[in-house]
Amino acid sequence: MYYKYQVMWRSFFEELGLEVVVSPNTNKKILDMGINSSIDESCTSAKVYMGHVEWLIGKCDVIFVPRVVTFEDGDATCTKFYGIYDIVRATFPDANFIHYSIDYDDKQTERKAYKKLGAELGAKKSAVKAAYKNAVAALEAFEKNLESRQEAILKSGDGALKVLIVAHPYNIYDKLIGEPIVRTLEELGASILYADVPDSTRMCGRSKALARSMYWRYNKELTGSVDYYRDKVDGIIFMTTFPCGPDSLAIELIMRKIKDVPMTNLIIDSNFGEAGLNTRIESFIDILEARKK
Amino acid sequence: MKNQRKERGRPIFNGDLCAQRMTKTMKHKISFPHMGKYHIVIGRLLEDLVGENGEVLTAPAITKRTIELGAKHSPEFVCIPFKYNLGNFIEALDNGANVLFHTSGDCRMGFYNEVQEQILRDLGYDFRLCILETNSRNRSLRDMYKMFKSLNPQLTWTRLISSLIFAVRIIFAMDKIEDYVRRNTGFAGDDSLEKIEKRFLTEVANARGMFHVGRIFRRYMKELRAVPLDKPKNPMKIGIVGELYVLMEPFSNYFIEKELAKFGIEVTRFINVSYLLFSPQHKIKHLIKQAEGYVTYEIGADGTDSVAKCVHFARNGYDGIIHLKPFGCTPEVNSIPICQRVSEDFGIPILYFSFDAQTSETGVKTRLEAFYDMISMKRDAGREMPEIPEIPMRG
Repeated sequence: MYYKYQVMWRSFFEELGLEVVVSPNTNKKILDMGINSSIDESCTSAKVYMGHVEWLIGKCDVIFVPRVVTFEDGDATCTKFYGIYDIVRATFPDANFIHYSIDYDDKQTERKAYKKLGAELGAKKSAVKAAYKNAVAALEAFEKNLESRQEAILKSGDGALKVLIVAHPYNIYDKLIGEPIVRTLEELGASILYADVPDSTRMCGRSKALARSMYWRYNKELTGSVDYYRDKVDGIIFMTTFPCGPDSLAIELIMRKIKDVPMTNLIIDSNFGEAGLNTRIESFIDILEARKK
Repeated sequence: MKNQRKERGRPIFNGDLCAQRMTKTMKHKISFPHMGKYHIVIGRLLEDLVGENGEVLTAPAITKRTIELGAKHSPEFVCIPFKYNLGNFIEALDNGANVLFHTSGDCRMGFYNEVQEQILRDLGYDFRLCILETNSRNRSLRDMYKMFKSLNPQLTWTRLISSLIFAVRIIFAMDKIEDYVRRNTGFAGDDSLEKIEKRFLTEVANARGMFHVGRIFRRYMKELRAVPLDKPKNPMKIGIVGELYVLMEPFSNYFIEKELAKFGIEVTRFINVSYLLFSPQHKIKHLIKQAEGYVTYEIGADGTDSVAKCVHFARNGYDGIIHLKPFGCTPEVNSIPICQRVSEDFGIPILYFSFDAQTSETGVKTRLEAFYDMISMKRDAGREMPEIPEIPMRG
């Protein structure tokens, strides 16, 4: 589910000699389970999450539900991340969960969180330390690889339309939520850049140009990336799930500030029609092509 | 910081501070969004702080037009306080305001101001936006001083601190009076309590100083207590929890407290400005303790508070809880599944409301009536005080 840190977690747990069970790509059934086990106003992404948790119940001994809320420099995540552990616990009171909490405001650094997690799993201190180190390295290598691939696309001058997709990783890389969009774009021959790929620290610094007081880390990364790519791409597609709190404001602000690049905002709901979505993407690409000529 | 500490140590009361009423040659026309009755204090505070360099222009009271204007220019699924604020701003700017005040917050609210500023500028308004930080992380008296100093060069530290303390004193008095009225107005038979409160508010807005506020407060409290109440020994009790703006702005919740009072219900609500800013009970550690294992961590903004208060109401034999929130409010959406669990474990009914620009008033009323019928039937079924079950152990 969580595409950002997936590599890190997998490496950490496997290093400790545990078997990792990952829920499959999102499908209609998982989404339906999620819709049934969450309240209707919850955002679509959170519903998908609940679906995955429910799928995992009974298939493994403990389910790992991470909580990541604040960072070194006072940035925070969406409040959904604050509560997800307690929500999951309240919704499925009989299941076994394990978690860590990264909360720099409360002096819970990432290293500490992993240490605690390791202790809870009954692993040796030294083993946990080594596993954490390797996990960090694995994540870094993974991110570097993605970034260089993206740079290569940017440099290649094969005349294809370059479209920047601005979306949270947990939405755009999701099989059910984001993939139809990516697929349609690829079928139309556009080359896709993802806003979440470039280096996080650098992008957070850049985001000040568009939004001076933003404090959501993930939105800051995306906003910084928009600023970084704005004169390098032909068009920008925002993609968000209904009713995402941070996105509702962040996208509005960006769309009001940038005037010289064509933009469109796709809002995904849990009962979407793919045909309508495709039409919108097609017409957007048509506009971009007409503009390029 | 040194300066600030020094000022704090000194006696801060400045008696004739408010006697200096403003003259009519003004530069700044200051306005701010509404929230319940608090415009009285905020207006007074700003007036005291900018002194002769500005004029406070309270935005027109919230009406249907306010919310329509706000909704028209807001992003599609932003939460409802944003739309109210924006509507207030537009109406204030149309009346000639040129300095706007806004606060920040822990959830989406902290980012309101920047987006609203952009929207208003796109609409062609020219103004200056000042932000009063309420977020404990960035709250700093020094920044506040700097900001007001730029509006009013004559401002001194003494003036700032004394005005702030004065405002806080008024807030405490207002909240106490309001709390009494809320608990008892359902048993007064008519709206005499509310009328007294209204008179109190007009008088306190023009109080001459700290001690004067105290005198006014005591006089009105006495008057309120003198109103005969027809209150049964064990009245029906309902607690209200939820998101702070819709709780405190009666227009946005369709005057739900008044509606409840009509049924002869005692209404309790913890959230008010004095509670949010100063109560030690609002500290996150205390709340998590009060929530008794239902939450392990802070679940964002006031969500933790809602859960903690639900547990509190359930433990204290309340008949029901009403949970209010703006549509899509993430912290409160977080709190709902947990509140549902509380409701199940304790057997206490909870009614959830979600407000948006298009909520129908009749719908709200009907649901309230049904809820009232339900809890009174539950009571008649012979469970005067519902048994409090053991809390199941949770990992």
